[in-house]
Amino acid sequence: MSLKVEECKGVFIFAQQVDNKINNIAYELLGKAKDLAADLSQEVTAVLIGSDVKGLADSLAWYGADRVIVVDDPELKEYRTEPYAHALSSVIEQYKPEIMLIGATAIGRDLGPRVAARIHTGLTADCTQLDIGDFPLQPAPGQEQKKNQLLMTRPAFGGNTIATIACPEFRPQMATVRPGVMQKREADKSAKANIEECKIEFKPDNKYAEILEVVKSVSNVADIADAKILVSGGRGVGSPENFKILEELAEAIGGTVSCSRAVVDSGWKPKEMQVGQTGKTVRPHVYFAIGISGAIQHVAGMEESDIIIAINKDEGAPIFDVADYGVVGDLNQIVPELTKQIKEAMAAKA
Amino acid sequence: MDFQLSKEHAMARSLFKDFAEKEVKPRAIEVDETEEFPRDTVEKMAKYGFMGIPVPKEYGGQGCDPLTYAMCVEELSKVCGTTGVIVSAHTSLCCDPIMTFGTEEQKQKWLVPLAKGEKIGAFGLTEPGAGTDAQGMQTKAVLEGDEWVLNGSKCFITNGKEADVYVIFAVSGKIEKRGKMMKEISAYVVEKGTPGFTFGTKENKMGIRGSSTYELIFQDCRIPKDNLLGQQGKGFNIAMHTLDGGRIGIAAQALGIAEGALERTIEYVKERKQFGRAIGQFQNTQFQLADMATKCKAAQLLVYQAAMKKAEYQKDPKVSYSVEAAMAKLCAAEVAMEVTTKAVQYHGGYGYIREYEVERMMRDAKITEIYEGTSEVQRMVISANLLK
Amino acid sequence: MKIVVCVKQVPDTKGGVKFKPDGTLDRGAMLAIMNPDDKAGLEAALKLKKENPGTEVTVVTMGLPKADDVLREALAMGADKAVLVTDRVLGGADTWATSQTLAGAIRNLEYDLVITGRQAIDGDTAQVGPQISERLDLPLVSYAEELKIEGDSVIVKRQFEDRYHMLRVKMPCLITALAELGEDMYMTPGGIFDAYQTEVTVWGRKDLKDVSDDNLGLNGSPTKIAKASDRVAKGAGEKVTPDSPKEAVDYIVGKLAEKHVI
Repeated sequence: MSLKVEECKGVFIFAQQVDNKINNIAYELLGKAKDLAADLSQEVTAVLIGSDVKGLADSLAWYGADRVIVVDDPELKEYRTEPYAHALSSVIEQYKPEIMLIGATAIGRDLGPRVAARIHTGLTADCTQLDIGDFPLQPAPGQEQKKNQLLMTRPAFGGNTIATIACPEFRPQMATVRPGVMQKREADKSAKANIEECKIEFKPDNKYAEILEVVKSVSNVADIADAKILVSGGRGVGSPENFKILEELAEAIGGTVSCSRAVVDSGWKPKEMQVGQTGKTVRPHVYFAIGISGAIQHVAGMEESDIIIAINKDEGAPIFDVADYGVVGDLNQIVPELTKQIKEAMAAKA
Repeated sequence: MDFQLSKEHAMARSLFKDFAEKEVKPRAIEVDETEEFPRDTVEKMAKYGFMGIPVPKEYGGQGCDPLTYAMCVEELSKVCGTTGVIVSAHTSLCCDPIMTFGTEEQKQKWLVPLAKGEKIGAFGLTEPGAGTDAQGMQTKAVLEGDEWVLNGSKCFITNGKEADVYVIFAVSGKIEKRGKMMKEISAYVVEKGTPGFTFGTKENKMGIRGSSTYELIFQDCRIPKDNLLGQQGKGFNIAMHTLDGGRIGIAAQALGIAEGALERTIEYVKERKQFGRAIGQFQNTQFQLADMATKCKAAQLLVYQAAMKKAEYQKDPKVSYSVEAAMAKLCAAEVAMEVTTKAVQYHGGYGYIREYEVERMMRDAKITEIYEGTSEVQRMVISANLLK
Repeated sequence: MKIVVCVKQVPDTKGGVKFKPDGTLDRGAMLAIMNPDDKAGLEAALKLKKENPGTEVTVVTMGLPKADDVLREALAMGADKAVLVTDRVLGGADTWATSQTLAGAIRNLEYDLVITGRQAIDGDTAQVGPQISERLDLPLVSYAEELKIEGDSVIVKRQFEDRYHMLRVKMPCLITALAELGEDMYMTPGGIFDAYQTEVTVWGRKDLKDVSDDNLGLNGSPTKIAKASDRVAKGAGEKVTPDSPKEAVDYIVGKLAEKHVI
């Protein structure tokens, strides 16, 4: 069975909470949902699932939810696939949304596909852009061009291809959305939403996993190969003491410090931090090469990084051949100022 | 005539390459620097059957052909010459003679654990006064009751102190040949730990530094009568047969070293800039690379052909592959020396630095022109066949 | 115990992604490999086989006939049986239709445990495993990092961003494997030659059990591609020489914001 396209209305988001704290992705989804709902002249609904979570509904209103549907049950205390999939698909079947957005988190990417399969609709994974538009994009002979479709854009192949996908025949149009991409709105603490509680019956069976233990991770010394952001310094940093400015930058942006071979050879930093042919190969999302000339042996270990930002005072440094964004200048002046501005930007966002 | 690798062989090559890159390459510099035998790598190779590739399955091996084995040594040697020779000496010089000349009991006792890699094998022919010239051999074996008593020493033995099972050659008597009294040579299997069998000095070598090269010393070393390998007096034939096969292994090692150096050089000249452009854009570099690649390919074809000829021999013992093996080794060893020397040259100053590895490849390459028959001996084997 | 492992043949991106002169992906120039997460799942299955004698591991793939290569690789690593699901009408499938197809194949097999990789490096969706579990009405544990058998259940370490759960689930169930679930495992040379002597079961549309045509291939896929393009190969980017540190910082912060880093 599947939902009838014409019966479905509203832009829904899954308001992920863990330990009774709303995950930031929920607010990001609300920000995007608000835009989409405006294009469709529809409302935004947040679906809040958990145990003892009613109190969290207000904050969803502040970030743009017109309505919050709450499924509150002790079975939903910790995330488990089956009770959550049952809760969300029951809400979808009852409320018939036109669009359902879920965060592409370790929870959302488990929940989303299971729910989409259950209610017979398509699901587009890990989207980085969502628009309302026509499908097909251009009128095609013999094919009806449908208006007001959700166009879901996503990178694939490690970011080397990009596809825009629609789900014209089935509802809701479902997408998981990459965290950190959509912008949340400014909180409006006077905003109120209609809060509706949705009662659902849970009948535990073998699909309900038994949780034996929950272990929260404590971060310790990060492996540079796992880091999403690396702030890497070379001989140009000048001294071991001066790495402090890199460490501050790394802390501000949520990154990890690494270095070039010259730095290890000089005894400034341990070998575990070395990037390059004789060190580690890294592939972070952002790689800052600061005071690194860019010998090929270094480049071989980091050239696959998504975004490479180089700061070097030598404008002929080979690092500029691989950098996406190269800045010729004095790192001692640029880096501390950069740290300051990033801190401000982060504070404004939080 | 088919120059296309079968699907099986292509997949085997990808396996060896993958293993070499992940398990062997990261340790190559350290193995060279510390001269430490890479026992953990050998254990991993054993787990995946690399220590018994051409040994039949009923004896614990993989039941593959000599070409598969040669490709294994080639791929390992691309990243680490030491690891290549460990497998080659173990397989060609110890597993092979036991497989070819051993009795069923001997195969069960020694070949099975060797092929599974539970034990490591070595081969002792060379002595201070005798290399390929077996008549210079001094080590003696005397039969006393149910035991052979060995006295003498062997030098430059690969896998020396790390092995468990040794194929050892000794003078077991004298026979008359064409009116001359000649030394009669026999082959024996000696196990580590046998009283009277000890190790002398460890050689501090130029290359293949992790391969545990030792002197073996036998002083009244008593081994059971049943440890005689093949017939008494057939030792010289066994040694020559074994070296024919060994040369394919060493040729594959040399080939791998050459190819490894070529790969490094190609990567380097694409990246290294001089006078505003990559050195790979200079025609001289391009021509030199073309020569290096052509020579590697020629060596590869000779090595593979020799391996396939050996496979033919395994089906029909009348087929000889000794000339093919000698040509493969002669060519591959000289190509290895030439290509690695050029690789160092094209790396410039970096080429002379240990961390950049091509200098190690150059040092590793040199031995391939020397052991298991020098290039001069290979020329003797080849020309003797031409002029017979 | 019987384990079914789903594997996919994907282009290898390890040696860097190759582009054609026009900037589009050159898929033909990239080697086809077994998807890394799937390989981790297979490694986990083979480890269970070693620890639990009598365990049988069957690998299943859906793809073009050349996907036979990854099945041979799986057999050479130690899998017992292999099934290739291939048919023109199955082409162009999205995750919905792919999971229908694989579920239709798996229904023909006996299983206590189904393992898939968390996600494939070409599609990056992470949806097929969970959707197969829904079709087969099996308990699901995705993002598995450790796995062991305890009686009629599996104990799984399930990873999240900031924590992990230790879960107990009754078999039969489906697990999706993170790379950490596997330990590097290789084929054996003899295994490779045997693998090519082993018969691979080939199934087409008609062999799929309890699947309707409406749910298969391009036509049965609810999601439709509106537009697809390859990103142009990366070369040297921009280089600026700002007049002041402030200007330099503004430039960098602007780029970081543009790329949603901050």
